[in-house]
Amino acid sequence: MIKFEQVSKTYPGGQQALRKVSFHVEPGEMAFLTGHSGAGKSTLLKLISIMERPTVGRVLINGHDLNTIHRRQIAYIRRDIGMIFQSHQLLLDKTVFDNVALPLVIEGYSHKETTKRVHAALEMVGLRDKIRSFPLMLSGGEQQRVGIARAVVNKPPLLLADEPTGNLDPKLSMEIIRLFEDFNQAGVSVFIATHDLGLIARMKYRSLTLKQGQMITDGLSEEWDNEETKEYDF
Amino acid sequence: MSILFKGRPQGAYSSKIGMLQRINMFFVSHVRQALGSLGELWRAPLASLMTVGVLGLSITLPSTFYILVKNAESIAENWQQASEITLFLRKGTQSKDANQLVTRLGLWSEIDSVTYIPADQGLIEFQQQSGLGEALNYLDENPLPDVILVNPTSQNTSPLAAKQLLDKLNRERHVEVGKLDIKWLERLHGFLSIAKELIYAVALLLFLAVVLIIGNTIRLNILSRRDEILVMKLVGATDGFIHRPFMYTGMWYGLLGGLMAWFAVILLLWWMGGSIDALTAQYDKNFDLTGLDLTSLLVMLGVSIFLGLAGSMISVQKHVRSIEPK
Repeated sequence: MIKFEQVSKTYPGGQQALRKVSFHVEPGEMAFLTGHSGAGKSTLLKLISIMERPTVGRVLINGHDLNTIHRRQIAYIRRDIGMIFQSHQLLLDKTVFDNVALPLVIEGYSHKETTKRVHAALEMVGLRDKIRSFPLMLSGGEQQRVGIARAVVNKPPLLLADEPTGNLDPKLSMEIIRLFEDFNQAGVSVFIATHDLGLIARMKYRSLTLKQGQMITDGLSEEWDNEETKEYDF
Repeated sequence: MSILFKGRPQGAYSSKIGMLQRINMFFVSHVRQALGSLGELWRAPLASLMTVGVLGLSITLPSTFYILVKNAESIAENWQQASEITLFLRKGTQSKDANQLVTRLGLWSEIDSVTYIPADQGLIEFQQQSGLGEALNYLDENPLPDVILVNPTSQNTSPLAAKQLLDKLNRERHVEVGKLDIKWLERLHGFLSIAKELIYAVALLLFLAVVLIIGNTIRLNILSRRDEILVMKLVGATDGFIHRPFMYTGMWYGLLGGLMAWFAVILLLWWMGGSIDALTAQYDKNFDLTGLDLTSLLVMLGVSIFLGLAGSMISVQKHVRSIEPK
């Protein structure tokens, strides 16, 4: 689903964010990306959503080389990727309904279809009763779930999340991860960047670790937890 | 259809809806965005009004001048048609020769009608009109020549054509001299064409100013909605989709500005109406201001909508592209 081939990214100014990163997340897989702040997690996600382009190497989604994607096609690529952000990126002057409906409005769905899908998405994240609220009237966990509803409302085959639990306490974080598990059960590939090691240590998921732009581990979080944590002293 | 995932329906366009509904949705989405933009203007009435005002007044000035010159031209046309050439025949021309000349001139294609005034008749008219009356009876002989008045056809009334005709007439054997009071016509034409060029230049400058003003207003609009644009780009909005509300804003500015200019022109002409009437009364003409018809309304609205769209187009092309999620 997501394949990196010897990808390096150097920002203008010489800062090297990624060095020769290679990995492959299979379709239907759920995987975590971890590492310190500044290790290159955000850069890696930006390469997948084409907010940045790799300096060297290839990024492929479902076998398609993103280097061949023209600037004007980026919008259509992003419709295939549900993105969730730490800062949730909701429009504060729009209701929950309007926020979640935005991807559907952009894609030109009819009002009827939009309403149906928004209701379904909010049902999944358990916020059906907040549909007329504004984002600022919601708690942090609820705002994050609105962001998730927006990401899945057009049923993308791939979900990307950048620190989705960054501002939440462990209990709420777990709820969010459970939601991702539900989507993964339904066949969606899920790729989550997080530095919340305690969270993923309890789960048996594949975990990729970045350190100073290099991929240092790739394996089940349980093994990784036993072997690597102490060594690298996170 | 999705680029990355074959067979994944993307957007309403590939889901199970018919052609008719698809076209319908296209218009619904446009109307939605157009009304949305109008709503934005309505929510900030003072700022919108000022922008519309600048646009309206900028278009009013050239429009008013244009209508005035247009009318002056139509008056000038009327005068031109009345232009006639006076031919003074040589002394001693036999009336037989004069009559022959009149008949021949009547056949010229450039000439509409010919009037022959023999010297005797001319003297009688002169006596009646000049008020010299009896005094003229003391003259030994009639000092006046025979006169032929020539009216050119309407194609030959322009200063240049009339002058050519005059030259041709001057070459006639019995013609002593032909007169065409053409100088003032040339001056009027010169004046009108300078006025027209001036109006075009002023209009061009003002239109340019309008485009810049709209462009700047839209730029501020775009910057104030930066976050929204970022989010829209993140969830897969095309540039076109993001541009559209701003383009509609430009269109509304243009439409409202055009309407404002229309009313301002009407007001101005009504205000000037008194003095225009007084002026035209001196020329014994029944004269109505033309130009305030449906066509000119449509032209004015068209121009101002075009200016609004042009301004917002320049702005969105430049500024929406520079807002990219980082």
